[in-house]
Amino acid sequence: MASPVDISLTINGEPVEERVPARLSLVDFLRARMDLTGSHVGCEHGVCGACTVRLDGAIVRGCLTLAVQADGAVVETIEGVSDTGEIADLQEAFIRHAALQCGFCTPAMLLTAAELIANRPNADREEIRAFISGNYCRCTGYRAIVDAVEDVLASRREGAGT
Amino acid sequence: MKAPDFDYLRAESLDQALDLLAQHGDEARLLAGGQSLMATLNLRLSAPSVLIDLNHVTDLAGITETETGVRIGAMTRHVAVERSPIVARHLPLIAAAMPHVAHAAIRNRGTLGGSLALADPAAEMPACALALQAVLEIAGPTGRRQVAAADFFRGLFETAIGPDEVLVAVDYPKAPPGARWGFQELARRHGDYAMVGLAAMIEGDPICDAARLAYFAVEDRPVLAHSATSKLAGRAVDDAAIAAAEDALDADLDPHGDLHADAATKRHLARVLTRRVLGNLGTV
Repeated sequence: MASPVDISLTINGEPVEERVPARLSLVDFLRARMDLTGSHVGCEHGVCGACTVRLDGAIVRGCLTLAVQADGAVVETIEGVSDTGEIADLQEAFIRHAALQCGFCTPAMLLTAAELIANRPNADREEIRAFISGNYCRCTGYRAIVDAVEDVLASRREGAGT
Repeated sequence: MKAPDFDYLRAESLDQALDLLAQHGDEARLLAGGQSLMATLNLRLSAPSVLIDLNHVTDLAGITETETGVRIGAMTRHVAVERSPIVARHLPLIAAAMPHVAHAAIRNRGTLGGSLALADPAAEMPACALALQAVLEIAGPTGRRQVAAADFFRGLFETAIGPDEVLVAVDYPKAPPGARWGFQELARRHGDYAMVGLAAMIEGDPICDAARLAYFAVEDRPVLAHSATSKLAGRAVDDAAIAAAEDALDADLDPHGDLHADAATKRHLARVLTRRVLGNLGTV
């Protein structure tokens, strides 16, 4: 049995100290140890994107990052990002456009869309599609998701007075 | 599935990484961005007993412009390369290829050196290294050595890096004045591995002095198409030259069929890409 590793990190603003097996993925750690089950486990090899979380401010695959690699880092999950209100308008737009059915992909889709909105305020539909291409949705056919993201981009641009 | 059990060792310096490699030998794997390695662990396709994490070796990351080229540290993340003004200015081929490397979340974590050291035959960065005549710097127990990209890729997931060595950095020469470039790939979904891809550099405008056409996802490693490029040298890259290059491709490529496309399809798609890329070259 390989040696466990002590890690300390910040999750959704709270300091956390835990001892974890080296092989434990970040998303399994968040779900099983921290009870943060909004991050989902889909394919477990980086294809579906359902496990997306933020690590030091950037979205990553929770299944392709080890919990031990989050030592010293700031981790944000859909729970934290929802609580701060940062993506309230995006969540509202997803509801308005029916950009989800089963909801399995939604937390990750929201975090991915949030990164796009933050970094590319002028993204067009093609760029939106390219940016969310790493997140599978098996219900919507993506159109409603793209509509929702496009809406938020437009309203935030308006809000910024540009 | 879940990764098999392993020990996790964090290297704080290149020397420490080399020491740990020497100590653990074949049992160890280097962990760079982990975006391919972790997938193979989760799928139980590999089972190293030790992972040596390079993510805290900070001096392996960074992009610097030199007089003659651009040097990119092996642990530089794809996203940093994608957003680098130095890369955009001097290595537009890489800037154009980067959005095709997997997806945003994976580019946030994956590294240039990891992609080159893995040498997936369908990956973009190895082909770009060939087209740009990059030189790869490798550190080992006895010091450092430089390997030209053309000698670096040895086969399916095989490179010139020895089991006790670490890829340190990549030096890309700046393109000469008048250089032109092109990059395209065909994939079923944006960000997926290509069915066929092409990274092209043409020196000289309008007359091509030298050309390098690096095809990927065709054979077990990226391939420089020498016959096709010989049809371009010394002439303008016009329709006739492009057609001649397309015809010569048969002598250059020996496609391996895979799940996405059989050999004949890949051969056809390589011709299609040749026409599209050479017919729409960008200038440096």
